[in-house]
Amino acid sequence: MPRISVTVDGITYEEDVEPRLLLVHLLRERLGKTGTPIGCDTSNCGACTVMLDGKSAKSCSVLAVQADGCEVVTIEGLGANGSMHPMQRAFHEEHALQCGYCTPGMVMAAIDLLRDDPDPSEETVRQGLEGNLCRCTGYCNIVRAVRRGAQEMGQAVSAP
Amino acid sequence: MTVQEVGRPRRRKEDQRLLTGRTRWTDNLALPGMLHVVFLRSPMAHARITRVDVSGARGLPGVVAAFSGQDFAGEQGSLPCGWPVSEDIVIPDHPPMAVSEVRYVGEAVACVVATDRYRAADAVEAIEIDYEPLDPVLDMNEALRPDSPKVHEAGNRAYTFNLASGDVEAAFRDAPVVIDRTYVQQRLIPSAMEPRAVAVGTDGDTYTVWSSTQIPHILRIMLAVITGVPEQRIRVIAPDVGGGFGSKLQVTAEEVLCLLLARRLGRPVKWTESRSEGNLTVHHGRDQIQHVRLAADADGRLRGLQVELLADMGAYLMLVTPGIPLLGAQLFNAIYKMDAYAFGCTGVFTTKMPTDAYRGAGRPEATFAIERTMDELAAELGMDPMEVRRRNWIRHEEFPYTTISGLTYDSGNYEAATDRALALFGYDKLRAEQADRRDRGDPVQLGIGISTYTEMCGLAPSRLLGEANYAVGGWEHGSVRMLPTGKVEVITGSSPHGQGHVTAWSQIVADALGVPFEDVTVLHGDTAIAHKGMDTYGSRSLVVGGIAVLRACEKVKDKARTLAAHLLECSPDDLEFEAGAFKVRGTDAQRTIQELAYAAFTAHSLPDGVEARLDSDATFDPENYSFPHGTHLCAVEVDTETGMARIRSYVAVDDIGTVVNPLIADGQVHGGIAQGIAQALYEEAVYDADGNLLTTTMADYLLPTAADLPAFQLDRTETPATSNPLGVKGVGEAGTIASTPAVVNAVVDALRPSGVHDVPMPCTPERVWRALEGARR
Repeated sequence: MPRISVTVDGITYEEDVEPRLLLVHLLRERLGKTGTPIGCDTSNCGACTVMLDGKSAKSCSVLAVQADGCEVVTIEGLGANGSMHPMQRAFHEEHALQCGYCTPGMVMAAIDLLRDDPDPSEETVRQGLEGNLCRCTGYCNIVRAVRRGAQEMGQAVSAP
Repeated sequence: MTVQEVGRPRRRKEDQRLLTGRTRWTDNLALPGMLHVVFLRSPMAHARITRVDVSGARGLPGVVAAFSGQDFAGEQGSLPCGWPVSEDIVIPDHPPMAVSEVRYVGEAVACVVATDRYRAADAVEAIEIDYEPLDPVLDMNEALRPDSPKVHEAGNRAYTFNLASGDVEAAFRDAPVVIDRTYVQQRLIPSAMEPRAVAVGTDGDTYTVWSSTQIPHILRIMLAVITGVPEQRIRVIAPDVGGGFGSKLQVTAEEVLCLLLARRLGRPVKWTESRSEGNLTVHHGRDQIQHVRLAADADGRLRGLQVELLADMGAYLMLVTPGIPLLGAQLFNAIYKMDAYAFGCTGVFTTKMPTDAYRGAGRPEATFAIERTMDELAAELGMDPMEVRRRNWIRHEEFPYTTISGLTYDSGNYEAATDRALALFGYDKLRAEQADRRDRGDPVQLGIGISTYTEMCGLAPSRLLGEANYAVGGWEHGSVRMLPTGKVEVITGSSPHGQGHVTAWSQIVADALGVPFEDVTVLHGDTAIAHKGMDTYGSRSLVVGGIAVLRACEKVKDKARTLAAHLLECSPDDLEFEAGAFKVRGTDAQRTIQELAYAAFTAHSLPDGVEARLDSDATFDPENYSFPHGTHLCAVEVDTETGMARIRSYVAVDDIGTVVNPLIADGQVHGGIAQGIAQALYEEAVYDADGNLLTTTMADYLLPTAADLPAFQLDRTETPATSNPLGVKGVGEAGTIASTPAVVNAVVDALRPSGVHDVPMPCTPERVWRALEGARR
């Protein structure tokens, strides 16, 4: 069984894994990182989105062995010093979640889309979140939250 | 000075946990020694099981046990149908795991229990089953022919139901206009984002069942009845539940079987479905053929309405399967006055996944039929579709109004909601643009769709449910207890899965007791904590459950008044309650209710006959349904060359009575509209000619993405319900009920000059294009 070394939310794990083990199952069932949920089996819903070496990835579509030597950030590792990330706060302020199941993936995808466009238009946000499904909100408040989060992240970066 | 909490856009107390991944989804659960269950499912729509051999699975690495349906034949019972709607109803036996015959693709036929889900999935492959194929039954009209293959011995007719009021024959005799239409409500897959999951732990005597369910209380009762485990030894917990929309209002095969497996093996077990398994086996929604006839005078006044439904039950009657189409039986007449009404429904068995509640449940179907038909009437008469509606709707001064179908609408103001919606939408300007595009022969045509809906929700008065032969009541329960430190613990029998009960109930309690919003906590979804409840469906939580909590607060306040009077040495009548304190009129003397909580706890000085507790509980049973209403307007651009329909603007003005939290209410409307649009434009569960479901994944079953939907423009009018003390009406389903006809009316309106009078749902580019082609020929 291959041994991998993977850093998840700042902690490095050495794990023996079956080659077929999905990254999301490594996270959920071996490492206890249940903050990342699974919503489908065809990589359509995006609920399991995490950051893999700084870019968003659907962790149901990545084998654990492919994450060998990588750094993974999940929704649980997003905030710093016990406070929420500005994007998490924006989701709260704009009531951008109801059942909350798509939320971890949605927040991760939102942060990732800001790498390309730090101040996205409504249209850009809608297109950028196309790989993440939500059944509760009709996306209205999610779009608002992403734009608000973008503003706050921009301010955080430019603040002295 | 306290700020009133009811009506404030409070950010949700639920969010922190959900946003930071500290969730309690059922699949997160890991109990010591827990085993994983994987089911083998029928690949045949209809077949006799001639041989099952699970021995190949036993002995494989990690496998603890493997079972066929036969192994549980003596103890698995039959999945319940709680709503025998008619005298003639046929309720077939519904074994959780098929024993001798399978009747839809996806029905469980065997299972493996193993140390982890990978090994269980591997071992399922080693099970051998022989089937003798039987003819599938897929089309409702064909199913009712005498020579059709039978789904069950008793035939394919599940029940018939009829309702009539007024002289229908007279209404249609010599009617200047009769509109005759047939609409198909396509089969939908509810698609809550969290797949179902069940875990069962046992100490050999008691069973704790965690399930992704909307109905922990009903589930507990049903599990006891089915399995024979005494009710008091079953505890059901609905932890975080990731959406339901009716799909988790069910007693499922997997819940029963996981309990039986835990009992058989004496170890904790867990089952989590995959999405493709879920698309096959989570109950589906809608699936009706509606034949509608509407008679009117030449000036557009309605004379009568006749509705005949065929409703696809699927292969079995599940918890409320037969009742779903009947939840719309009294709503086809909607907000309109007419002389006569007749409704008939035939429930039909097919070899497909059973249908059951999906957001709106019967009411979206009814609303679609009448709102589409009103547009057809307007087109026939050459009238503006809003004008036809105005001429027929119940005027605000006519409430309370008993409709032709026998419901009494307590309140409403259709004029106000409509006027507001028309103004926001810019109706006249859009009509002018539409005329211009028509004149120019623009390949992109503009359509305007209207839906002036009402619905019945706040399910439900127990008395009426009893008359309808529904198995349980419609009350809800709430408890409120003041803790020694003055904080408040609220317990609700309603079981949320995204609706924000914790926040909204905190607002209600904060106002009722005069305590800070932050001082209130709300517990739910665990039968050991919330010992009484009727759970969450039918837009009932606030209207019934919220009022139960309010009533419990009033009782607590009455107790506190007695205690305050004792401590302040005055008569209870001398006390006034303001901002959370009992004050002796004309003096500075007072005790806050939070101080009284401590006094009750210490019990150092209690009046005679008063117990050492400041808590109470209440049940609330509504006297009537509640009737949200509103006007939804949709502008759609349809490309007549490609058939692509794109929503340009969407305005919804809803009247849901008093609003406790406008953020939460708007969120419910947003999501509801999105699901209604999804039925209009995107979603359909498709079975092939052999009865295989083709839409088993989210790649095939098209849930709308953010890129597919517009921003919705919302507003509200506020006509309080008179049937409860808060004046609330419920909001969970309104958006879904209203939006589907608004969108389809818009699509048809865009194409009407081309001779198109209908486009079947979902109005995909291909269907729009084919409708145009058909009209051209």
